[in-house]
Amino acid sequence: MTKFARKSKGKKPGINTASLPDIVFMLLFFFMVTTVLRETNLKVDIFPPFASEIKKLEKKSLVSYIYIGKPLQKEVYGTAPRIQLNDAFATKEKIREFISSEREKMTEADRKKMTVSIKCDKNVEMGIVTDVKEELKKASALKVNYSSRSGTQREIFSNF
Amino acid sequence: MSRRRELQEINAGSMADIAFQLLIFFLVATTMDTDSGIFRILPPKPEEEQKEEKEIKERNIFVVLVNKDNQLLVENELIDIRNLREAAKEFIANPANRGDLPEKVPEEINYFGVIPVTKFHVISLQNDRGTSYGTYIAVQNELTAAYNELRDELSINKFGIRYNDLKDDDDRKEAIEDVYPLKISEAVPKNIGGS
Repeated sequence: MTKFARKSKGKKPGINTASLPDIVFMLLFFFMVTTVLRETNLKVDIFPPFASEIKKLEKKSLVSYIYIGKPLQKEVYGTAPRIQLNDAFATKEKIREFISSEREKMTEADRKKMTVSIKCDKNVEMGIVTDVKEELKKASALKVNYSSRSGTQREIFSNF
Repeated sequence: MSRRRELQEINAGSMADIAFQLLIFFLVATTMDTDSGIFRILPPKPEEEQKEEKEIKERNIFVVLVNKDNQLLVENELIDIRNLREAAKEFIANPANRGDLPEKVPEEINYFGVIPVTKFHVISLQNDRGTSYGTYIAVQNELTAAYNELRDELSINKFGIRYNDLKDDDDRKEAIEDVYPLKISEAVPKNIGGS
């Protein structure tokens, strides 16, 4: 017994933290690779509608975004819903220009697969959305995604 | 000169701290959420004076009107959105072969052989400019769900696999889409609601 008692008398060894930096670096690399930095600053308030039949957008490089919603800075821009392209408010006439500049950025093969994601607030009236859709037709950007989040039936039918 | 000085090692103790700082930065800046939503292909803009007015038989059209008070008028009847999905499913498939629902045309389709398909059916969705976007998406969602449920049933019966689990370039997916082709036509909204 004495043998064991003597052994436990020694100092408790501290946990070796030498591999801590390695672990942290691994995490770091993971986040660096998966990160997509926010490209645009939203200037409009968007609460997407709920839906259940949604699909995920696969390739982010093929997607262009159009934001529609009420301006965040009500005092400056009022409360009428606005269209936002890239970082600034725009009128619907600017959409064609925007689409063609987005097309320019893509490779020849990708242009056919281009998708436009309409991110619109659920309380916006359809008038402005329809205008945007008409402009997209004119610009022949026909693949459209109505951005929505998955929700329960109650959330989907909340307007009724 | 006799004994060489040993190279002093760099103290790496603070390495973890630096790495942690970077890690926290990326954690904060990351947006993990991927965008998702309902996909639609818009119809191309018709060329000037080129459109041939195709006659669509009354029985082949399923008219869905949405007004600015979020009410639904389906085939001239005011209905609740909870019943829209079933109504749309019955219209698309026409299982009882009723005379007032779309006609069935025999069609040769891979895997299925010659089967009757409601080839000419069209769901015409028309909304007011004052309809809220949330309502519009809910209606679109129900119509899509009608198609997806029909396709799912067919796919499970025929192949024993859910429609959504079929790969994009799968022949079977194509065959199912040929049996139930998605046909939602959207008219340019009128300003009937007075908004």
